[in-house]
Amino acid sequence: MSDTPAPAPQSRLRRAWNSDFAWSFRHAPVAIISSFVVLVLILAAVLAPLIAPHDPFNPATLNLMNGFTPPGQANAFTGDTFLLGTDDQGRDVFSTILYGMRISLFVGFAAVMLAMVIGVTLGLLAGYLGGWVESIIMRVADVQLTFPAILVAMLIFGIAKGITPPEYRDQMAIWVLILAIGLSDWVQFARVVRGATLVEKSKEYVQAARLIGRSPFAIMLRHILPNVLNPVLVIATISLALAIIAEATLSFLGVGAPPTKPSLGTLIRIGQEFMFSGEWWILFFPALALLALALSINLLGDWLRDALNPRLR
Amino acid sequence: MLAYIIRRVAQSILVLFVVGLVAFSMFRFVGDPIDNMLGQERTQADIERLREQLGLDQPFVVQYWRFLEQAVQGNFGLSYRQGRPVSEILIERLPATLELAFVSGLMALAGGIALGIFTAIRRRGLSANIIMTASLIGVSLPTFLIGILLIYLFSVELGWLPSFGRGEVTDLGWWTTGFLTESGLKALILPAITLGLYQMTLIMRLVRTEMLEVLRMDYIRFARARGIRERAINFRHALKNTLVPVITITGLQLGSIIAFAIITETVFQWPGVGLLFINAIQFVDIPVMAAYLMLISVMFVGINLIVDMLYFAIDPRLRADRTQGGH
Amino acid sequence: MKFQTGILTAALLASTAIGASAETLRWARAGDSLTLDPHAQNEGPTHTLAHQIYEPLIIRDMTGAPQATLATSWAPSADDPSVWVFELREGVKYHDGADFTAEDVVFSINRAKSENSNMKELLSSVIEVRAVDDYTVEMVTDGPNPILPANLTNLFMMDKGWAEANDAVDVQDVEGGEQTFAATNANGTGAYRLVSREPDVRTVLTQNEDYWGMDQFPMEVTEIIYTPIQNAATRVAALLSGEVDFIQDVPVQDLGRVADTEGLVVKTAPQNRVIFFGMNMGADDLANDDVEGANPLADARVREAMNIAINREAIQQVVMRGQSQPAGMIAPPFVNGWTAEMDAVETDVEAAKALMADAGYGDGFSIQLDCPNDRYINDEAICQAAVGMMAQIGITVNLDAKPKAQHFPLITNAETDFYMLGWGVPTYDSEYIFNFLVHTRGDERGSWNNTGYSNPELDEMIVSLASETDLDARNEAIASIWNVVQEETLYLPIHHQVLNWGMTDAVGIEVSPEDDPKFKFFEMN
Repeated sequence: MSDTPAPAPQSRLRRAWNSDFAWSFRHAPVAIISSFVVLVLILAAVLAPLIAPHDPFNPATLNLMNGFTPPGQANAFTGDTFLLGTDDQGRDVFSTILYGMRISLFVGFAAVMLAMVIGVTLGLLAGYLGGWVESIIMRVADVQLTFPAILVAMLIFGIAKGITPPEYRDQMAIWVLILAIGLSDWVQFARVVRGATLVEKSKEYVQAARLIGRSPFAIMLRHILPNVLNPVLVIATISLALAIIAEATLSFLGVGAPPTKPSLGTLIRIGQEFMFSGEWWILFFPALALLALALSINLLGDWLRDALNPRLR
Repeated sequence: MLAYIIRRVAQSILVLFVVGLVAFSMFRFVGDPIDNMLGQERTQADIERLREQLGLDQPFVVQYWRFLEQAVQGNFGLSYRQGRPVSEILIERLPATLELAFVSGLMALAGGIALGIFTAIRRRGLSANIIMTASLIGVSLPTFLIGILLIYLFSVELGWLPSFGRGEVTDLGWWTTGFLTESGLKALILPAITLGLYQMTLIMRLVRTEMLEVLRMDYIRFARARGIRERAINFRHALKNTLVPVITITGLQLGSIIAFAIITETVFQWPGVGLLFINAIQFVDIPVMAAYLMLISVMFVGINLIVDMLYFAIDPRLRADRTQGGH
Repeated sequence: MKFQTGILTAALLASTAIGASAETLRWARAGDSLTLDPHAQNEGPTHTLAHQIYEPLIIRDMTGAPQATLATSWAPSADDPSVWVFELREGVKYHDGADFTAEDVVFSINRAKSENSNMKELLSSVIEVRAVDDYTVEMVTDGPNPILPANLTNLFMMDKGWAEANDAVDVQDVEGGEQTFAATNANGTGAYRLVSREPDVRTVLTQNEDYWGMDQFPMEVTEIIYTPIQNAATRVAALLSGEVDFIQDVPVQDLGRVADTEGLVVKTAPQNRVIFFGMNMGADDLANDDVEGANPLADARVREAMNIAINREAIQQVVMRGQSQPAGMIAPPFVNGWTAEMDAVETDVEAAKALMADAGYGDGFSIQLDCPNDRYINDEAICQAAVGMMAQIGITVNLDAKPKAQHFPLITNAETDFYMLGWGVPTYDSEYIFNFLVHTRGDERGSWNNTGYSNPELDEMIVSLASETDLDARNEAIASIWNVVQEETLYLPIHHQVLNWGMTDAVGIEVSPEDDPKFKFFEMN
């Protein structure tokens, strides 16, 4: 696959394009399609203020009488028409999805970053230093695993709400969600990184670096970290999908994003109340958006796992 | 070996203490049980009297200590909500959750292994790719929505399966089972699917990856070269070697099955400990919350302990690693 | 009153009965009874279950009217206006066969007055209960109390002998360690006896063949299977799929679906509960707003502006789908003292803006609204709608919606400046509202008054209502208290809730304003 000798003058871009990784990407239609979907959705979320016909987060612009307008039809009282209809508060469903996706993606990315930073750092320390550092870190990981992720998130949500000054509570919900999901998710990063570190540590090049007196932190950062990045990337991708779903689940338990600034999960939680009543669009479109987002990320993660696993090629 | 076990058990007990302490420090943020326990006509004096009676005016460390003192004697107190001993309520509710977890775990294991093998053998086949993609749909929607969609389809529209509860249960002394009646079995189907879907996807992917790796190993190639039939290779050699990690992961996932049962049980009104916990949170029923978290902790720490000790017994390399890292 | 009944008549056309045999009623609602001890909890679902098994001296029938039950007649004593005399029904037996007599009444009232009882506030005026003979009881109050009988409709009568034999004389003390027999067992005089009970899972009741009212009530339900189903969608699904026959708390959005389903009907009636917002007007400065050194809510013009900025019709039409009655006062229409004039408010956003400018808040201010999300019908959605309406007059509202266990302590501990509250009036009299919501907050009264409003003159009038025996004078006093409450815009009323029950068309019953089905009144076709 990759053993064709490379021609001498080659730009960085060209080299990347010809790499094994890119090669397998170009030959995986699923990966191409799902990354396209993810990109489009991320772009739509980022550009929401430019694309969305309404600002659903500004209560002064809402008219309650627009509530429950079906997609594409004119409201009986106000005569307004909405592409994907309106929800129970008269908000344009299309706009709430764009804005909601912004929140879901932000929460997802930030939570995974947090989990990754904590998990990788602790994993490296535990694996490399060993001894009591390892014992403590891995026991803390046990405690963390003991509390199932959603319980951890619920409890952190409770605490943060309790200690946040009331005037910031509205804005804090998002940060609390990030903290809650991030803190409940670091263990698998730590476990994988610790395992990989243990393997790398015993290899000759690390022993050599030690012998020439390199500082442990330099060794961890320069030598070990690059070698554990692949599994971390795979876990991060799948965690992103998990975090977005976790946010939705927490919303069902009443600890998600507030209804005045809804995430996709909050929209689904609200929408499911209208499942029997015929206002299907309030649930259907947000659920579709969440499915498209999470499924694409999951498919991408799946492909990454295979593509980055040298033994499967 | 013995020293290792003793140390590990001691650590586990310490973990339990920490879990309990953390839990108690958090309870006051869940809410205040006083207003739930007193009616609309309560006076300020009632509120203060009850708060003092329940010891809620004490710092959480004191509350935790009182809980521990009692818990060591096997007394978890009375539920604020039901006025009955918490241990009695938990024992009453546990069979429902365990049966649900067992069925969904079994389903996840059987379905996951079968589909995992299939998708590994037919790695590039169309059907395998469809299964791989379709299985992800199940984990790309929140559990509660999947549960409600299943209820809508199979209970409301088709009328095939019950939408709530455990059906008719048979009393076997201290255990109640839904396995022995038709309505009990029917009632298990939808919640078990809802709960097991995620684990099934996980196991399926794990089996597939492990299978693919094993199939590339030299001894399999050698076997193939010797002309051993594909089927024998796949099942006798490859599968055998994938099962150890699969069983480990399944064991570790048992805890998360029981945790996620909280959502499934709420959606299906399944009378297990998860629903009990959600009710306890709504009512701020501190004794029930504390006992539930302790129960989950004991289960999870126990599973971890067993897995660790099995590893220790099986894999001498880990033993070296442990002794090295243990001081 | 305008309540929608169109969907009901449409659904009545369907005639074939589905599901259970005519005698068994499978009943579901969102929550379970908390305890079987009839004096331990003063709470709706607990009382509803207790009403099937136990009986008070007087009940409210399904229309809310008082009806003689264990007492056959009652009147103030001719000699002393501070004494009520109750004649008891003869020949009534408890489920275990014991006779119901005056000593059971004395025992039960004293038990309900004891420290651990949650019912004692309803009896705070009672200083003594005495049995004159086997079937006559006198209750002595600390002054003439004309509305005492109205306080007795949820006060259940236990058998003294049974309670003593089973060590259930005291109301359960949760922290006391021991559980009481009465919390998990029941022995009443009611139309149904307890067969089995698993809290939060399933409770089975069967008809009491020896019930004294066998011939006076329909008594057509012979067995009741009660299963709480918490999740609204699941509860509706259970009714739609024929797994239960009767549910309370049908979500308003699902009424159409239930009514359109063959064999199912929806019944609707105004509930004895009003939903409103409270405002902290008493503080010098608010913790949860952006105005420094002043309290915008202390200005009556701001409160009035907020009051007329709320578009109650829009909330009724969209959020509640017609299932509410817009309110202008915090008394349900059933209550003595309610008037149609006071219950009407006109929405006028322009006038509201003018009032805001007048008060010096033309540029608005921002404040936090605390709201429950699991207590009242569509509570969170109502608050959300209010956020939009307040935004129209420049008030930026940050909504903090949370479970009731976190919401109500804010009111109890005076930690909220703008909050939602709902109020039911079991006594059907304004005094009850004034005592809890208008009187200055103190040890005895005003425990739910978080507004910081304190008017000593008004307090005096409120206290004197309890002993005013001249009903006309009393009603006049009530009216003048209401005038002050309305003028000050003490609260922002939203609406009176409407109850919705969904059932198979075999069930013949009308909705009761207390949301407490009493199954002895049910007819089964």
